[in-house]
Amino acid sequence: MNVVPISWFLILAAILFTIGTIGVLVRRNVIVIFLSIELMLNAVNLVFVSFARQLHSMDGQVVVFFVMTVAAAEAAVGLAIILSVFRNRETVNVDELNLLRW
Amino acid sequence: MNPVLFFILAVLLVASALSVILQPSPIRSALSLVVTLFLLAVTFLLLDAQLIAALQVIVYAGAIVVLFLFVIMLLNLQEEPRAMASFGTQCAAVLLGSLFLLALVRFAVAPLRPPASAATAGMAAAVPPGFGSVATLANLLFTQYLLAFEITSVLLLVAIIGAVVLAKRRLV
Repeated sequence: MNVVPISWFLILAAILFTIGTIGVLVRRNVIVIFLSIELMLNAVNLVFVSFARQLHSMDGQVVVFFVMTVAAAEAAVGLAIILSVFRNRETVNVDELNLLRW
Repeated sequence: MNPVLFFILAVLLVASALSVILQPSPIRSALSLVVTLFLLAVTFLLLDAQLIAALQVIVYAGAIVVLFLFVIMLLNLQEEPRAMASFGTQCAAVLLGSLFLLALVRFAVAPLRPPASAATAGMAAAVPPGFGSVATLANLLFTQYLLAFEITSVLLLVAIIGAVVLAKRRLV
């Protein structure tokens, strides 16, 4: 049979999401942590699009549209915060940014 | 969708995603993310989501990652001697990630159990005409999801103002 079942897409998305999670945990550069978060958002988008195709419903694609918008807003504000932290502390290493640590 | 095509895409996707988190230089990480986003756009295209695939390339790869690259170059970040956490943290992260993946995959394979025909039926059936097109998505966006759409516009406005206020140089 020449059809890819939805499970394969879900497993691919799970692998991508896990890679993003591991990236957040092991990287020390705050910008690379941000990139890993974008990777996780995209893995979730893949799940939405696969289910939209499986159920023949466009709602999943509308949700992906909103996820992209929120990701754009998040990236803009997050990078502005990183920029202003870098101005004050001269570093983007999360090990050295411990002002709010209990 | 051809299974061979899917496997080629899947291997490339996982490789580029691993490259995002393993490259020591932030610029290379961001460029690997561009490759990942393009491959995902191809996957979306094969899942009959033409508009989403175009948006993925234009908005994600075109706007968001360029913003990242801009900030990386603005901060002039170089390769760091200690880009990764300690070895113990890495082991713990990979272990936790594997457990997490196992839990996710357990749910992902649930549709494969009998009756397995249901798992492929939706994917095999032809999509209705106009599926994934601009007109269909816009119709939904401006009727059923109108409120969410309007709130999104406010969110973007807040994000713009917030970014400008935060990134502005303080005059002290």
